[in-house]
Amino acid sequence: MNAVPWLSLVVFLPWLGALLLWLWPKAPSGAVWTLSLAFSGSTLILGALALSCFDPSQSGYQFVERVPWIRTLGIDYHLGLDGMSLLLVLLTGIVAPLALIASLRRVARTRMLALLFLLLQGCALGVFLALDFFPWFIFWELSLVPAFFLIKVWGGPGAGRAAYTFVVITLAGSAGLLLAFAAIHGATGTMNFVDLARLRAEGELTLRLAEYGGTVPTLIFLGVLAGLAVKAPLFPFHAWMPPTYAEAPTGVTMFLTGVMSKMGVYGFFRILWPLFPGDLRDHSGPLLLLAMGGAILGALAALRQTDLKRMLAYSSLNHVSYCLVALFAAAGAVRGQIAAVEPALAGALVQAFNHGLSASALFFCVGVLEARGGGARGLNDFGGVRVAAPLLSLLCGVALFSSLGLPGLNGFVGEFLVFRGLFALSPWAAVAGTIALLATALFLLTFWQRVFHGSRSGVTAGAFADLDAGERAVLVPLVVLMVLLGVVPGLITGLINPLVTHWAASLPLS
Amino acid sequence: MSLLPWIPHLTFAGALLSLAAGTRSATAARVTALGTALVGMVLVAIGAVNFAPTSGLQTLVDVPWIQEMGIRYHLAVDGISLTLVVLTSLAAVAGILFSWTVEERVGEFFALYLLLIGGVYGVFLSADVFLLFVFYEIAIVPKYFLIAGWGSTRREYGAMKLVLYSFAGSSLVLAGVLWTYGAGGADGFSLSALAEAATRLSHIETVVVFGLVFFGFATLAGLFPLHTWAPTGHVAAPTGASMLLAGVVMKLGAYGCLRVALPLFPDGFTAWQPVLGWLAVAGIVYAGLIALVQNDFKFVIGYSSVSHMGFVMLGLATGERAAVGGAVLQMFSHGVIAGLLFAVVGRMVYERTHTRDLTELQALPLHRLIPGAAGVFVIAGLASMGLPGFSGFPAELKILVGVWRVNVWWTVWAGLGVLVAGAFTLRVMQRAFFGQAGTDAAPVAESSSLAPLSLPEKTGAALLLGSTILIGLKPDLLLDWIMPALQSPAFHFAATKGGP
Amino acid sequence: MNADYGELLRALLPEALLVATAFLIVSLDLVWGRGRSREGRLQMAVLMGALGVIAAGVVICQDGVLGFVWDGTLNFDRLAISVRVGVLVLTGLSLLGTLGGRGTDQPAEYVALVLLATIGFLQMAVARNLLMAFLGLELASLSLYVLAGYDRTRPESAEAALKYFLQGGVSAAMLLFGFSLLFGLTGSIEFGEIARALVAQPPTALGAVAIGLILAAFGFKVAVAPFHLWAPDVYQGAPTSSAALIASASKLAGVALFWRLLWSGLGPSSGGAGLGISGPGGWVTMVAAMASASLVLGNIVALVQSNFRRLLAYSAIGHAGGLGLGLLSAGEVGPGPMFYYAATYGLATVGAFGCIAVVERNGRCETLVDLAGLRRRSPLVAGCLAVFILSLAGIPPLAGFFGKFVVFAVALRIDGLGHPAGWVALLAIGMSAVALYYYLLVLKQVWVVEAEVESPSIAVPTMAAWALVATALALLFFGIFPSLLLGLF
Repeated sequence: MNAVPWLSLVVFLPWLGALLLWLWPKAPSGAVWTLSLAFSGSTLILGALALSCFDPSQSGYQFVERVPWIRTLGIDYHLGLDGMSLLLVLLTGIVAPLALIASLRRVARTRMLALLFLLLQGCALGVFLALDFFPWFIFWELSLVPAFFLIKVWGGPGAGRAAYTFVVITLAGSAGLLLAFAAIHGATGTMNFVDLARLRAEGELTLRLAEYGGTVPTLIFLGVLAGLAVKAPLFPFHAWMPPTYAEAPTGVTMFLTGVMSKMGVYGFFRILWPLFPGDLRDHSGPLLLLAMGGAILGALAALRQTDLKRMLAYSSLNHVSYCLVALFAAAGAVRGQIAAVEPALAGALVQAFNHGLSASALFFCVGVLEARGGGARGLNDFGGVRVAAPLLSLLCGVALFSSLGLPGLNGFVGEFLVFRGLFALSPWAAVAGTIALLATALFLLTFWQRVFHGSRSGVTAGAFADLDAGERAVLVPLVVLMVLLGVVPGLITGLINPLVTHWAASLPLS
Repeated sequence: MSLLPWIPHLTFAGALLSLAAGTRSATAARVTALGTALVGMVLVAIGAVNFAPTSGLQTLVDVPWIQEMGIRYHLAVDGISLTLVVLTSLAAVAGILFSWTVEERVGEFFALYLLLIGGVYGVFLSADVFLLFVFYEIAIVPKYFLIAGWGSTRREYGAMKLVLYSFAGSSLVLAGVLWTYGAGGADGFSLSALAEAATRLSHIETVVVFGLVFFGFATLAGLFPLHTWAPTGHVAAPTGASMLLAGVVMKLGAYGCLRVALPLFPDGFTAWQPVLGWLAVAGIVYAGLIALVQNDFKFVIGYSSVSHMGFVMLGLATGERAAVGGAVLQMFSHGVIAGLLFAVVGRMVYERTHTRDLTELQALPLHRLIPGAAGVFVIAGLASMGLPGFSGFPAELKILVGVWRVNVWWTVWAGLGVLVAGAFTLRVMQRAFFGQAGTDAAPVAESSSLAPLSLPEKTGAALLLGSTILIGLKPDLLLDWIMPALQSPAFHFAATKGGP
Repeated sequence: MNADYGELLRALLPEALLVATAFLIVSLDLVWGRGRSREGRLQMAVLMGALGVIAAGVVICQDGVLGFVWDGTLNFDRLAISVRVGVLVLTGLSLLGTLGGRGTDQPAEYVALVLLATIGFLQMAVARNLLMAFLGLELASLSLYVLAGYDRTRPESAEAALKYFLQGGVSAAMLLFGFSLLFGLTGSIEFGEIARALVAQPPTALGAVAIGLILAAFGFKVAVAPFHLWAPDVYQGAPTSSAALIASASKLAGVALFWRLLWSGLGPSSGGAGLGISGPGGWVTMVAAMASASLVLGNIVALVQSNFRRLLAYSAIGHAGGLGLGLLSAGEVGPGPMFYYAATYGLATVGAFGCIAVVERNGRCETLVDLAGLRRRSPLVAGCLAVFILSLAGIPPLAGFFGKFVVFAVALRIDGLGHPAGWVALLAIGMSAVALYYYLLVLKQVWVVEAEVESPSIAVPTMAAWALVATALALLFFGIFPSLLLGLF
C-alpha cells in the first residue's frame, strides 16, 4: 500500500487527462466526454479508497510522500492526508465531475474546456494535499490560469473584466503570501508547513522571526493573511466574487464555489492557524468582526439582488464566512471555553463540505433556469416552476432548504455546530449571526416563493421542460447526499472529530 | 572544460563564414550561422557536464599578452559565468532560429549577430579586466548596425541611443578601472591585481570609483534612471536582436557589476548601497507601471525587461549571498523569458499581422488564428509573472529572502512590483490574443490565412520554454553552480545567519 | 668638433636616397613622360617614389639604432628609428592612395614634393639641436604648403594652401623667436646642454615666454587648440593625398620632434616632480590645458559637421589632444604609448583619406551624404572605411582602442589625479564617448543609408585596394598584438 504514491496519483491523474486531451486535437465529442469524466472521476474513486484505508484516530498525516526536491532552498515534494484534507478531496471528487458534466453540456470547443477543467481540478487537489509551501504555491497560483480562461472564454458578456479582476486581486494576495514565506524561509531555512508548525509549537518560530525586529513578524502574518483572505474570501476582500460567480459559466461557478472557495478556508486552517496561533489570537477580535461582517453583508446583499446568480454568490459569501467565524472565535478562546472550541471547529469543516454540495446544486439549478429562459435569470423572470417542472422544484427545493439550514438536511449540522460553539466563545457574534440566519432564510424563501410558486409567468409561461437525463445525473447525487448527510451526519463528523479534538488540545490559551 | 576558451573565437570565425556564405545564398548564411551557434552550444554543454563547482574561478587559459602593461589573456570560469554562458548559447540558437525569415543582406545580418554573440561569450569567460573590456566593447558596434540596418520603429534613433548609452557606460567603467590601475599602482589588469590596487585608494576615491564602475555597468543593465535607452532600442531592434539584447546583453551589465564592481570596491559598495537598492526598486515599480499603460505590444515587453532587471539589480544591491544567488538565477531566467516574449511579439505576431498596436490586435481573434503563438505567449507570460513552476519563481524567492534581511521597505515595494508585473502581463495577454475570446466573431477574410508556426519558430520556442520549465522545477541544476561560486572570499559576503 | 662625415652620410643615407629618387622622378618624367597619359605618368612616379621609400626604409632597419651621430647633433635612438620607419610607411601608403584618386596634371613634381616633405619628417625625428629641428620642420612645412595647394581646379585648395602658409609662417616665426630666446638664456642650441643650463638657472619670465612660443608652434604643427584653425580648411581644401600626408606623417614626426625638444631639452621646466620646477609653473600644465581644449573643442564641433573632411579635421584636433596627453606621460614612461597612438592614428587617417580618394574618382566626396550607399557601390571601400573609422573611434580589437587605452592608463599611472595628465585622461575618456556619435554618423551613411540617386559601383584600382586592405589588417593586427609596437621601446 505504501509503495504506491497514492496522493500523487490523486493530484496528477486529472493532469494526465488534460495532457491526453491536448495531444489529441481532433478528439470527437464522445471521446472528450468519456476521457474527461473518467479522469475527473478518478479522484472520487481514489478518495473512496483512501477513506477505506484511513484511520481517523491517528493524528498526523497519512499516505505521506516526502522527497527532497530543491536542496539548495531546503524544499521538499511533500504530500500528506489528514481528516480535513480527506474531506476536501472527497468534496472535490464529488463536485468536480458534476461540474464538468454541467460545463460540457451545450457548449462549443468541449475539448479545450475539458482540458482546462481537469487542470483546475488537479491544482485544487494539489492545494489540499501539498504540505510544503513551494509545491503548494505552485498549485495555488497555477489554478488561476485555467480558471481565468474558463471564465473568460465561456462566460457571459462581462466575463473578461470579471476574470481579469479575479486574477489580479488574487495575485495581489499571493504577492503577500510570497513575501511572507520568503521572510519565513530567510529566518528558518524551511517553508514546510509541518516543520514550521512544529517549530511554532516548540516556540522556535517566534524567536527566529523576531530576529527581523520591528514590525516584520506582524507584517509576515499579515502577508499570509492577505493571500488567504482574498481567496476565501474574507470580507472586505470579496469584491471580485459576485461578478466572477455571476459571469462564469454554470459548471465553472459550481467548481469555484464548491471547491475553490474551500481552498482559501483550507489555507486558514492548514497554514495561518498552525503557524501564527498567537497572532491569530491577538487579532481574533477584529478578524471575527470582519468574518461576521461578511456573513451579514452576504445575507443582506443577497436579499437585495434580482439576478439569481449574484444572489447565490452573496449567499456563498455568507456561508463561507461562517467557517471563518468559527475559526476566529476558536482561535481567540480563553481557558474556560475549551468545550466550545471543538464544536466550532468541527462545525467549520462540516459547513465547508456541506456548503460545497448545496451551493453547487443551487448554482446548477439556476443554470437550468437560465438555459430554459434563454439567458434570463432574474428573480422575477420565472413563476410557478413547481407546476411546470416538479422534479426540478423538488430537487432545487431540497438544496434551498439545505442551504437554509433546515434540520434533517446536511446544512443544519454545520450551522448548528458552529453556533453551538459560537454562543460560548463569543455571544455577541452569535447574536449577530442570528440576524444573518434570518436574512438568509428571507432571501432563500423569496427565491423559492417567487420562482417556484405562484402562477406560471415570464419564462415559465411558455414551454418549460422538466429535467432531462443529464441534468438529473448532476442534481440527484447531490441531493441524495444532502439528505443522507442530514440524517447521518456521523459520516463526516466521524472523520474529523479526532482531528478537531487534537487541534483544540493544542490551542495556546491566554 | 578545456574547449570553452575556443567558443568566442569559433563564433567570430562563424561570423566571417556567414558573411562569405551570404554572398552565395541566404540559406547558406542561415545554415552557417545556426551551425556555428549549435557548435557553441555543444561545447558549452560539454563544459557544463564536466564542470565541478568550486568557489573561485577556474582558469582555462592564462598566457601573457601585453607584458608592458601587465595584461594577460586570461580566461576563467566559475558557476556564475557558466550559468550565463549556458544562457548565451540558448539565446544564440533561439535567436538565429527566430531570425530565419530575415531576407535582406542575410550574410551581413548573421555576421553581425555572431560577432555580438562572440563578444558576449568573451565577457563571461574573461578573468582579466582589460580582456573583459575588450570583449564588452566588441559587442557594442554590431548592436548599432543590427538595429539601424534591420530594425523597425525609429531604428536609427533607437540604435544611436542604445549604443551611445552603452558606450558612455563603458567609458565610465574605463575611467574607474584606469583610475584604480593608476592611483593604486596595480601591476596588471587581472581581478586580483586590481583588487589589491583598490585597497591602496583613499576612502573617497574608492567611493567615487565604485560609483563610476558600478553605474557604468549598470547603464547596460538598465538600472533606473539610466534605462531610457532600453525600451526605445529594444523596440527598434529586429526580433533576433531584441531577444539577444534584452535577454543576454543586459546581463553583461549586471555581470560586470557582480564580477568587477562589487568585489573590487567593497567600501564603495557599502557607501552606495542604500541608493542602489532604492534605484533598483524604483526601476521595478516605475517600469512596471509604464508597461501597464503602453499601447504598443513591443513596448510593454521592453519595459517589462527593465522591470525584471530591476529585480536583478535589487538582488545585487543587498550584498546578501542568497539574494545575489537569486539575482544570477534571475539573470538566466529573464534571459530565456525575455527571448520568448520578444520572439512572440516580433516574429510570431508582427510578421503575420504587421501591427503591434494593442487596439488593433484586440480586434483580431488571434487565439484562434495563431493558437500556437497564443499558447507560447501564455506560458511565457506566466513565467514572466514569476508564477511558480517556472524559472522566475525560485529566483524571485531567493532575492526576496535576501532583501528581507536588509530592508523591509524594499521588500514591500518589490512585492508591489511583482503584482504590477502580473497586471501588465495579463493585460497585454488579454488584449493581444484574447480580445475576441468568448465571442464567436468570425475571422475577417484576409486575416484568416495567418501562417501556422514554422519549424524554426517551434524549435526555438520549445528550447526556451523547456529551459524555463526545467529550471523552474529543478533550479538546483543552476544553483549548485552559482551558490558555491558565491562562497569565494572575493565577494566579501558576510556569513549569513538562518537559511542558505 | 670631430665631425665624422662618413658616419653622417651613412646615417643620412635614407634622406639621400629620397633626394635622389625625387630628382630621378622629375627627370624621368621630363624625358619620358611627354605625351604619355596622365594615368601612366602618375603610376610611374608613384611606383618610383614607393621604391625609394622602401629602399630608405630597408636602410633604416638595417642600420638600426645608431645613437648620437655627428657629435650629438642627431640622435638615432629607438624612437627616432621607429618614427622614421613609421613616417616612411605612412608616406608610402599615401602615395599608393594617390593611385586610387583623381590624379593630377604634374604627378612627378607632386611625388617629388612628397618625398621632400618626407625628408623633412625624417629630419624632425632625429634632430637634437634647435637648428636641425627648425630645418627639418621648415623643409617639411614648406613642401606641405605647396602640396596643400596643388589642386588648381578647385579654389578651396588655393585657400587651404594660403591659410596653411600664413599660419604656418607665423608659427615658424614664433618658433624661431622662441629658439633664439632659449639660446640667449642658456647659451647653447643642443637639447642636452639646454637642459643642463636650465637646471642651474632659476625660472625667468623670459624663459616662460620662450616656452610659450615653442608650445604655440607645437600646437600649430600638431593642430592642437587653440592653434588649430588651419586644420578644417586644409583638410577640406587640400587634395586628398596631401591631406592624408598632413594628417598622418606630419603629426607623427611633429610629435616625435616636440617630445625630444620638450623632454630632453626643456625637461627641467616641465613642472613635473623632481625635475627643477615642480608644480603648475611648468609647461606640463600648459600642454595639459591645450590638450583639454583640443579634446573638448575638436569633439564637440565635430558633432555638427556635415562635411566629411571637416569632420575628420575636427576629429584630428580631438586626437591631437590625445597625442598631447601621450606627450605628457612620456616623461615618466617613455615615448612608447605616444608613438603607438600616433602611428596607429596615422594609419587610420591615411586609410580614411585613401577611401575618400577612391570615392572621389567617381563623383563627389565632400559631405557625409555623398557617402550614402557606399556599401553597395564598393563593399571593399565601405568595409575598409568602417575599420578606419572604428579605429579612430577607439573600438577594440583595433589599434585605435589600445592606443587610447595605453595613453590613458599611463597618464593615470603618473600620480592618479594629482598630476594634470590624470585629469586630462578622464576628460579624454568622456570625450571619446561623445566622439562615437559622429563616427557612427559616418558609418550610418556608409552602411545603413541608401543612396538617393542610383550611383554606379566604384571600381577600385588594384594597388589602391591592396593598400587599403593592408592598412586595415595592420590596424587589426597591431590592435590584437600591441606589444609588437610597444615592445620596441
